[in-house]
Order: sequence, then structure tokens, then C-alpha cells
Amino acid sequence: MELQIIWFVLWSVLWAVYFMLDGFVLGSGMLHVFLGKNDGERRVFINTIGPVWDGNEVWLITAGGATFAAFPTTYALMFSYLYTALLLLLFALIVRGVSYEFRGKEDGALWKKTWDIAILVSSFLPALLFGVAFGNIFAGFPMDAAGYHGSLIYLLNPYGLLTGILFVLLFLVHGALYLEVKTVGDLSRRAGAAADKLWPALLVVAVAFLGYTKFATKLYDNYFSAPYLLVIPLLAVAALLGIRIFSAKGKPLAAFAASCVTILMVVFTGVIGLFPNLIPSNIDPAYSLTIFNSSSSPYTLKIMTVVAFIFVPIVIAYKIWVYRVFRGKVTVEEVLEDRGAY
Amino acid sequence: MDVLTLSRLQFAVTSMFHFIFVPLTLGLSMMVAYMETRYVASGNELYLKMAKFWGKLFLINFALGVVTGITLEFQFGMNWAEYSKYVGDIFGAPLAIEATVAFFLESVFIGVWIFGWNKVSKKMHAVSIWIVAFATNLSALWILLANGWMQHPVGYVLRNGRAEMVDFLAMVTNPYGLLKFGHQIVSGYTVAAFFVMGVSAWHLLRKNRPDFFITSFKMAATFGLVSTLLVAAIGDFHAVEVAKTQPAKFAAMESIWETKHGVGLNLFLLPDEKRECNAIERLCIPNMVSMLAFHTPNAEIKGLKDIPKSERPPVSPVFYSFRVMVGLGTLFILLSLVAVFLSRKGKLENYPLFLKLLVFAIPLPYIANQLGWIVAEVGRQPWIVYGVLKTSDAVSKAISTPQVIGSLVGFTLLYGVLGFVDIYLLAKFARKGPDDDLSAIIKPTRK
Repeated sequence: MELQIIWFVLWSVLWAVYFMLDGFVLGSGMLHVFLGKNDGERRVFINTIGPVWDGNEVWLITAGGATFAAFPTTYALMFSYLYTALLLLLFALIVRGVSYEFRGKEDGALWKKTWDIAILVSSFLPALLFGVAFGNIFAGFPMDAAGYHGSLIYLLNPYGLLTGILFVLLFLVHGALYLEVKTVGDLSRRAGAAADKLWPALLVVAVAFLGYTKFATKLYDNYFSAPYLLVIPLLAVAALLGIRIFSAKGKPLAAFAASCVTILMVVFTGVIGLFPNLIPSNIDPAYSLTIFNSSSSPYTLKIMTVVAFIFVPIVIAYKIWVYRVFRGKVTVEEVLEDRGAY
Repeated sequence: MDVLTLSRLQFAVTSMFHFIFVPLTLGLSMMVAYMETRYVASGNELYLKMAKFWGKLFLINFALGVVTGITLEFQFGMNWAEYSKYVGDIFGAPLAIEATVAFFLESVFIGVWIFGWNKVSKKMHAVSIWIVAFATNLSALWILLANGWMQHPVGYVLRNGRAEMVDFLAMVTNPYGLLKFGHQIVSGYTVAAFFVMGVSAWHLLRKNRPDFFITSFKMAATFGLVSTLLVAAIGDFHAVEVAKTQPAKFAAMESIWETKHGVGLNLFLLPDEKRECNAIERLCIPNMVSMLAFHTPNAEIKGLKDIPKSERPPVSPVFYSFRVMVGLGTLFILLSLVAVFLSRKGKLENYPLFLKLLVFAIPLPYIANQLGWIVAEVGRQPWIVYGVLKTSDAVSKAISTPQVIGSLVGFTLLYGVLGFVDIYLLAKFARKGPDDDLSAIIKPTRK
């Protein structure tokens, strides 16, 4: 197989896993202030993601680094074209990280409220911006010989916004299910109820997205030429329905797993449609950035393939170990006595 | 101001801010790991309290270091797209490898350390902070190999309109990068040693918990002495590498205008960039610069006048930063010597003036670190990749002045606020002293 194709697959996997893992952190960040009635309850929700959020965010750094190393031209143009959107994303990720760390360091109500709101905003914004960015990547950038003709306002076109809302809802449901799994009693029930309430909205937006994609993008072309690929979007739909079925049966862990599959398959559905583009041009296809015209040299790709094939499995192994270490549920009593926690 | 100037300013602001937090992380992670190991080995709870107290300060500092690092990775694409396109084939690799082999380790095991007191065994808990310390230093290695490549590009050919990697091994064994890494990590350890000594001194002056802070101080003093000596020793070899590979930077560091053999070192020197000479030269140590540059007394040093003006770095910032950095480095060795001597003799508390001095010395290694980076980065100008690509050719074409003004103002405000809060919290918890209640973390493992 060609190295560029290996790296296209790796690139997709890094993004998909990032969204699956940070998705529930972003989702819980949007929900904890609403689901927790007092500081103790909110701390429970925050502590469910405490041990893992940092490691989850690294998938983004790695996805960015992989884009840089494997497809430097795409990295350079995408990041400079999306300048203002990425800036807002950076600000949000920075604020989110420190908010989790700072929140528990003072006792005042105003202090906690400030960081609670900071967590809310800085979780919502990345979810929306990632969706907007990927919606626009699916639809293509307005770029030709003269460069890029878009702007932040341009990115907020209806399809970009719809994808943004799709991501927000995916992560909200995902986060709610995670919180339901990781807590007990009333907290768990409240989180589960939130997931149930949000799910119909997610379904509606997902259907709208699948329909609108036909008109706003060329993603379906690859599926027409190779119909067996439709198994991926079908899996996405099945997993989305699975969330509801498992929730109704009172199996939150299975529902959460279904939600993981949904997110992975949604990302794969999009990138399969993109192939072999990384960013299509929607005004002059000759200027589309493909995995072939924007990649690193075969030598670099070979080195990076070796690195990835050795270290990514190691990373996955110790991450699984860590999730096992922290597999129990978080309770109010535990949070109140554990001074080291957030 | 144009996009180029603004982007340079923004990179300076964001990287220097990031680098307020990184050096302490490099060193304090090691010290906390050592403290916890002492606890596991001896069962003495004093060491556990030390690991908890210094670990808390470590975490407050760590949070801001991590999140501001992402900005740097993103900026290569956002502001320096032409650079990323031109050298991404070779420069992207160390960044991606850093994330894959080091950053994952660090951020996953920091979670184990913060939240795992009751979830993993005592030994595993100590191992997890060692992994964090190891990974942080490994991170630095890859980043400095990347920066070392910008300073002294190796292992590439110019092909297909860009720099393409042809020898990965050459890049990872680039002496420039490795020396920079060595010099940098021990500089980070110096920051941590002076931080721990300074905070301990503050408490000792107030007679707070002398047992706790004398033990901390002793440990930091030894760590500091070893580190500061290594900073100087590796720095010396680093300077030789600079003289060999970047004559323009070396000439600016020493403000040498004429090419000569056996150049002496003037202890007092004022450069005059306009007239291309030195306004004042006093107290000359004969042949010293030649010795420092090539370890031979009669070596020839290239003067700035023999380097085209378009390829010279600005002399004053490089010269003064280098001088002050070296001066501070010397001061750190002296202070560590005294600190080791007094703490070993058990006479620390008899010298309040010295303790006070150490409290005020906390910021100095931070300053020395920043100055070192000014020498490295300003001294490389006008190149972004030495001899290969000019900084002015590296900036993104797709961004506009208002965009970069907006982002620069945004970063400055956001970083200002977060930096203020972080330093406030550091000071608050540093003053508060150790927590004696260990009930939350010492108990039978819950399953």
C-alpha cells in the first residue's frame, strides 16, 4: 500500500480517536454546571474526567503533529487559512485546561462560579469550532491560484454551522452518557435523563446533516463508486440508534460504547468521502490539497510510519491500563475526602 | 507594523511566556520524584509531605506550561505557513514524534499521579511521577532537536522546492541539538533548585517548619550545585559548537568586529553597532575568546565586518543577553556552593541575610533562561533556518495585519490574566507550607 494512504488512514484514526475521547470531556464540560446542583456534585462530575482529560487532549496535539509531519503543505495552508477560528480554539483549550486546575484552588463561591462558566464556554467553543472546521473541510475551501478567498464569516455558512451543531450535540450526548456511567444515584440518573432529552435533537440534526451533505459536498461520490463503503455510514446510523436502545434498556455502559462508535463512524464517513483529498477546493479542483500533492517525501513517511507503528500501540496499551485503574465510579463522599482531587 | 514583525513579536511573546513554566517543570518533576522515592524506600512521612507540598506547586506551574505549548505547535502553521511548507518534511517529524513518544506519557501519567494516591500501589505511584519527569525531559529532547535543526540544519537536501529529510539519524544526533538539550535541561534544574531553595529560605526566615524546609533546602542545594556546574560545562561546549557552525551569532555574542587570531575577552565592553566597533574595551583577558570558541589560544575568530550586513544578527540584544546570562550563571554557582556548605554544616539559620538573598534570587534563573533563548533565537537572525531560509520568507501569505494584531492582543491579555492567577496561586500555596494531614492518601487501597 502506498505510504500516503497509510498516513491518510492514520490521520483519520488520530482525529476520530481524539473526538471520541475529548468528546466526552467537552460534553461533560458543557453539562457539569447544569447537572450539578452544588459544589460537591459539580466536583464529582469534574473528577470523573480529571485523571484522563489531559491525556485525551494529546490526541489533538498528535493529530496536528501528524498533519505537520506527513502532509506539511496541508498543515501550513489549513492552519493559516483558518487563522482566526484556530485562534479561538486555542484560547478555549488554554482556558479549559487551566480552569480544571485552578477551580479547586480557592474556596470562594465567585471563584468557583468563574471557573465553572469558563469550563462551560471553553468546552462549547471547541466542540462548535471543530464541527464548523470539519464541515468546511468536507464542503471544500474557496481556494485557487490566487490563494484562499474565505474568512471566519465565510466558515459560518449554513453547512459549516450545521456540522458545528452536530458536533456539539454528539459531544453533549456522549458526555452525558459518560457522566451517567461514572457516577451513582441521583447524579447518574440526572445525567442519563439529559442524554435521553438530547438524543432526539441529535437524531434530527444527524438526519439533516446526512441530507444536506448531498447538496453541500461531494462526499457521496466515493460511495457511489464503491458502494461497499456504505457500511461505515450505516454503522454510524446503527450506533446512533443503539444509543437510544441501550439507554432504554438501562444499559448506560453499552449506550456509551455505542456513542463511541457513533463518533468514530461519523468521522470515518466524512474522511472516506474526502479521499484522496485532505481539503478539496470548491472553486477549482486543480487546487485541492490531496494526500499525494501535499505529502512529505517517501523517506519521511517511512520513518514516521515506523515510529507510529511502534509507539501508537504502546500509547494505547498504557491508556487502557489507566482507564482500568480509574474504572470505578466517582462519589460525593470520595471527592470530599480526597484532597488531591480537583 | 506588518504581518512579519507582528508574527515575530507574537512568537516571542507566546514562546517566552510558555518558557516561564517549562524550566521549573523540567527540574521540579525530578525533585518530586526523588522525594517520593525516598518516602517509598524509607517510609519516612516527611518525604511524603515534601512530595505533596512541592508536587502541588509543580502542578500549578505545570498546568500553564502544558496548555501554552499547544500554541507554539499551531503557530508554525498559522503564522509561519511558508516555513512549514518549506521545511515541514524534516521539521514536522520531531514535533510529531515528541507528541507520540513523550507528551502522551507525560499527560497520561500525570493523571495517575494526581488522582491515583488510593488507586495504585505506593511504588507504582512513585513510578508514575518518574515517568512524568522522564517524559518531560524527553519532550525537551525532541523539541530541542527540532530547534537544533533550525540552528544547524543537517540530514536534508533541497529538492522539489523544499528541504527534504534524507538522514533521520543525522538529525537526531545533531551535536547542536544535543548540546542545546543538555544545556537546557540543567538550566531547568537550576530554576527548580533555586525555586525550592528560595521558598524554603522564606519559611526558614519565619521559623516555619524548620525540619521540613531544611531537608528540602539541602536536597535543592546539592541538586543546584550539580546543575549549575553542568550548565557551565555544557554551555562551554555549546559555545564551541556555535563558534563552529554559526560564526555570525558567535561574533555578536562577543561583539567582535575584526577577524583576528588569538582574540582576548574584554570584561568591560560596549558595542557600537552604527560605527561597527566597540565604544569601550577594558580589562582584557588575552586569548580568552579564542580559547572559549575553539579551545585553542590562537584560533581565528571571524569578525562581524567579514559577514555581509544582510546576514548579521542585531548585535546589542545578543551581546548583552549573553553577558548577563553568563554573569548570572557564575552567580548561581557561587550561591549554590555557599548553600551546600551552610546547609551541610547545619548553619543555615545563622545567616538570615543569605536566606533573604536566596528568596530574591528565585526569579534570576528564570531570567537567565529567557536570556539564553534570546541569544539563541535573535542570534540566528536574519535566518529562520540558518543559511537555508530567511525569517522574512517564512511568514504566512494568507494572514492580514488586523488578524495578527487581534491575535497578539488576545494572547497578551489572556496570558497576562492567566499568568497573574497562576503566580498568585503559586505564591499562595508556597506561603501556606506543607499539609500535615495525610489521611486522604495513606490508607489501605480501595478497590
